Amino acid sequence: MSKMYHKEKSIQLKSSASALYNNLSVLRIAPRCITYFTVVHANVVNMVSASWDGLNYSHRQLQSKEGNVATSSSLIMQAAWCVLPSRDLLVLTSQKGIQMYESDGSIMVYWHALDTPETPTAKAVFARGIAAVREKYICVGVSSGSVLVFDVPSKGSNITLSEVLEEHKEAITDMASECSGNLECIADLVSADDSGLLCVWKSGEDFQLLNKIPGFDTSCSSVKLWKGTVIAGYGTGQIRLYEGVTGILLAEVNAHARWIYSLDIAPFTGLLISAAEDSWVRVWHLSLTPETNSVEIEHMYNECVTDTQICGARFCDGDGYAFAVTGYDLSEIIRYTQA
Amino acid sequence: MSQRTLPLLIINLGGEMIYILDQRLRAQDDNDDKTQRVMNDIVATMFNKAFLEELLQPQDLYSHRALRTVLTRLAHTSIMRLNQASMDKLYDLMTMAFKYQIVLCPRPQDLLLITFNHTDTIKELVKDNPSLVNQINEAQRQLIEVYTPLSDGDFELIRHTLLVLFQDMQIRVSIFLKEKIQNPNGHFVLQTSGPVPYGFEVPGLIRYFNAKGQEVRRTRFPSGGNYTSALRQGSFDLSGDRVTILEMDPSTTSNSTRKQKQADTTPNPLAKEELNLLAKLMGGMEVQKILNVDTGFKVNLLALDQEEEGIGISEGTAHESSRVINIQATQDQLASTELARIAGEFDEGGSLTEGPGNKGDDLLAMMDEL
Repeated sequence: MSKMYHKEKSIQLKSSASALYNNLSVLRIAPRCITYFTVVHANVVNMVSASWDGLNYSHRQLQSKEGNVATSSSLIMQAAWCVLPSRDLLVLTSQKGIQMYESDGSIMVYWHALDTPETPTAKAVFARGIAAVREKYICVGVSSGSVLVFDVPSKGSNITLSEVLEEHKEAITDMASECSGNLECIADLVSADDSGLLCVWKSGEDFQLLNKIPGFDTSCSSVKLWKGTVIAGYGTGQIRLYEGVTGILLAEVNAHARWIYSLDIAPFTGLLISAAEDSWVRVWHLSLTPETNSVEIEHMYNECVTDTQICGARFCDGDGYAFAVTGYDLSEIIRYTQA
Repeated sequence: MSQRTLPLLIINLGGEMIYILDQRLRAQDDNDDKTQRVMNDIVATMFNKAFLEELLQPQDLYSHRALRTVLTRLAHTSIMRLNQASMDKLYDLMTMAFKYQIVLCPRPQDLLLITFNHTDTIKELVKDNPSLVNQINEAQRQLIEVYTPLSDGDFELIRHTLLVLFQDMQIRVSIFLKEKIQNPNGHFVLQTSGPVPYGFEVPGLIRYFNAKGQEVRRTRFPSGGNYTSALRQGSFDLSGDRVTILEMDPSTTSNSTRKQKQADTTPNPLAKEELNLLAKLMGGMEVQKILNVDTGFKVNLLALDQEEEGIGISEGTAHESSRVINIQATQDQLASTELARIAGEFDEGGSLTEGPGNKGDDLLAMMDEL
């Protein structure tokens, strides 16, 4: 049986990837035949744009911001592109606040400072968890458990904080919006936290909580929402699939032997990728039967990235034809393409 | 990131340091009393109540430079001195040892078990000193109080914070290379076999449920690795089997055959020089000429070969002597900082303002023997 994917030429980074959940973001720009990648290294975000012909690479580094300080040592927790109908924005979340840039990282259009206490408290303060929702919202999670909802105009920097959602009590780990493109889906957003609690939301002027799915005492580090199904990866190496609106558990996979760091879905085909500290990247196929409210998850492929604690794994396109992987202490983005 | 990282960092790194120093001092010097005194002094400072209280305050992690200063001060609490190069090598070795433990840590809360492994070892080294054992127990009680309420997410944040500090450190350690736990490029070997962590399931199973939560079907998939069920959980109590299988002390096993015992030609001239220096700073004693140590008594503190960054394993031991760490009785920069501090304490009419381990008494007693 031939391998489903084979390894491609890696992309070199200016500095190595930090051990953080979901530490890889990918933006495919078809009109220009390039793909952007971002990887977080401590207080810096490494951005690479790669032309599809494999001939041109250009690098940019973005720094975390801190009040009026010129250079900041504030650690970045996550960087991700938010794709809205009218524009794409690159969002950085750090210990001090939230930065939003034009998609090529050239101009910072918005800065939101977190409330940091005068003297350090036992509970760490940071922002983490980024999702673009429907036409005009960008949602960002905070270590207190709050979810900040930002209203984004179709152009310009007049971004405003429209709502703060307070359902989680533990630090937000990841957030995801419905990615199937199906406008009939009721649930628009799922947020996850360190206790494993999942909140399912409907967006709007006021976001509406549809369901709270309790955790089982372990952190949910990565979450996705596809065709109304919540796919959640946990610190115990398990993946669970829930029906979003009802909260019914559909399936549970004993997927990895270590903490899961990244999940991604290829929305057009239902391919799912999971990656963990155990060095394994696994590709699965999801099929949903809405009539019977059932799901089928079929294992497709394993790739062992030798001696690597994987911290980011993403499909590079909507079909899942190619995927990319980052690992702690690795200064490259490893790529795989279907054979 | 996490404000609770510093205590675990200092205690684990300090623990590595103490263990390495103890091994080496005993390996090449028959005077167990002197070694024990050095150990006791360092342990007493590290587990000093005020010191620990400061560590346990919520705060950001120190930079490498600040960390090295603290650990150097700790190493120099007693009569032993290390020069800059020696301290650098020691720092590299203990940080790589701890990095190995953090990277391979199966579950984030196992960081606490690793810390307790270190405190257990230190307790064993000073077991004949009940007051020190008590200090360590008290420290452990405080760690239990602060850390057991934390969730696995909190511990993983501590782990992330430590991993940022140790990011890109790829120093090759000869024993790690030999034991095949580190690759020639400096990255650690990650096994895809063995027991899964406590509380985890062996990968390979998919279970399906109905609306009532009952399992209706199960399928299997090939996991690619060779995993087995979890072992029992380690103990988080004051004492107990920690069950972590990460015990890797870089100064034991295969290096033990390379211990070089240099003949003690003269009875402790080095110690005499150290004390003279201290006496000078304390005032009231005549300074004696400091011997050139290189021609006489050379102490092999760390007979570690092939520690260089960027070079692969080389077989010969011809360059052993150039990598030997010498204890110098000369007034190097670090020593003078530490001694100056001690000296400062004696300004108030000859009594110590803070007393970790009755330092003043020891020194005075030693001076009487001169």
